[in-house]
Amino acid sequence: MKRLLFALFCLLSLTARASEPVATTADATESENFNPGEMILHHIGDSHEWHWFTLGETHVTTYLPVIAYRAGSGLSVFSSHELAEGKVHEGLKLEHEHLVSTDGAKVYDFSITKNVATLMIASALLLIVFISVARGYAKRGTAAPRGMQSFFEPLIIFIRDEVAKKSIGPKYERYMPYLLTVFFFIWFSNLLGLLPGGANLTGNIAVTLTLAAITLLITLFSSNKNYWAHIFATPGVPKPLLFIMIPVELIGVVVKPFSLMVRLFANITAGHIVTLSFISLIFIFRNIGIAPISIAFGLFIFFLELLVAILQAYIFTLLTAMYIGGAVEDHHDADYQIGGGDGAAPAQAH
Amino acid sequence: MNIVTPEIGLIFWQVVIFLIVVLLLRAYAWKPILSSLKERESSIEGALRMADQAKLEMQQLQAGNEKLLAEARMERDRILKEATTMSNQFIEQAKTKATEEGARMIEQAREAIRNEKNAALAEVKNTAAQLSIDIAERILRRELTDQPAQQQLVDSYLKEVKLN
Repeated sequence: MKRLLFALFCLLSLTARASEPVATTADATESENFNPGEMILHHIGDSHEWHWFTLGETHVTTYLPVIAYRAGSGLSVFSSHELAEGKVHEGLKLEHEHLVSTDGAKVYDFSITKNVATLMIASALLLIVFISVARGYAKRGTAAPRGMQSFFEPLIIFIRDEVAKKSIGPKYERYMPYLLTVFFFIWFSNLLGLLPGGANLTGNIAVTLTLAAITLLITLFSSNKNYWAHIFATPGVPKPLLFIMIPVELIGVVVKPFSLMVRLFANITAGHIVTLSFISLIFIFRNIGIAPISIAFGLFIFFLELLVAILQAYIFTLLTAMYIGGAVEDHHDADYQIGGGDGAAPAQAH
Repeated sequence: MNIVTPEIGLIFWQVVIFLIVVLLLRAYAWKPILSSLKERESSIEGALRMADQAKLEMQQLQAGNEKLLAEARMERDRILKEATTMSNQFIEQAKTKATEEGARMIEQAREAIRNEKNAALAEVKNTAAQLSIDIAERILRRELTDQPAQQQLVDSYLKEVKLN
């Protein structure tokens, strides 16, 4: 049943993506040439309204609320319909999906954009799904899981046993809520991004930046003296070399979450770009004959993206757990490959 | 550059919403789920341990039963053996007693027979002596009626006395 649904989503996604450029080509033949780069960047970027599709001249769009703050004129809240097609409202207008003030003042844009709306949907979905799963446990107690509960239980156990216990060690329980939330948030958001009309939430640098920053903060706040000793007095390194080692280690502290941010962002964005590029081929060649090839490749990339969706969620969670594990570790045996490799039973007396 | 420039609005919403989601899920989802999982795992572990213990107890019980059975078997054998010996002894005793009794009875019978025989012999002797005396008396009575013959007999007796 789930596979069927995924296949359906996949088909819908392709047709939806294909239908959007149809309008563009119709416009293009009249006015300008089809620009795939611009179309793709528009699709993976954020926007103030949720444009579903265009039928002929009718745009089917959901207008989302604009919330902007300017030092001079305070908070302005209105529908993005007021800004549609370059209109100016309360001294604000959209320039390439970027909110600017007509008088040149700095605008702090807190609008509920397409990505924020998707973020809310993903969060609502997470809450609904996992609170109902938790209810299943409350109802059935220690009996065997059923339905949704049995679908998510192996994943939860996997995150707990293979990710948290092995990477963090005996103190893993404190970090379980964050790890589980981050895993399922990224996975759900990735899947929502693959739906037709879905926003590229986890392919947005602001989202991955926030998640990586939270990981960094958790790592720093749970770090013990061993962690800092390793940075400022790396064991086994001669004193003079510490002048080089300390900056390198400090850069490492920031680079780890930075890599988390870039990895998730790049993987999801790349998938979207590749899918859109294959679809664009039809309009670049202006030939319906290329469509089967485009669709075949698009389908292939789509299934790959389904895999990448859970894979990237797993990688983000695993690396987060490993960074936290490095910060809470009691001893440094693992660094020298002297035991401690098994995170499930580390930190025994030596 | 647009796609690699983070926007303040999205960061703000992401921080706010994500933290709320983490807190809500921690309270209403992860804690109950993880504690239920732990509970279930410990109950399964407990059940397995109990099954193992029951198995061990069963084995011990079986071993005990076998020991009891072996003991019972030994006891039975012992009793049987004792009974056989005892019965053999009884039979032996009875046999000896019977033999002795028979011998005694035969001896008694022999004794009786001997006594009877002796008595009979004595009677026969007496009767024979009586008869001979009677016969001798009668002969003598007839002989002594004749005087010379009596003198002659006395003389012969006297002669015999002289020789002694």
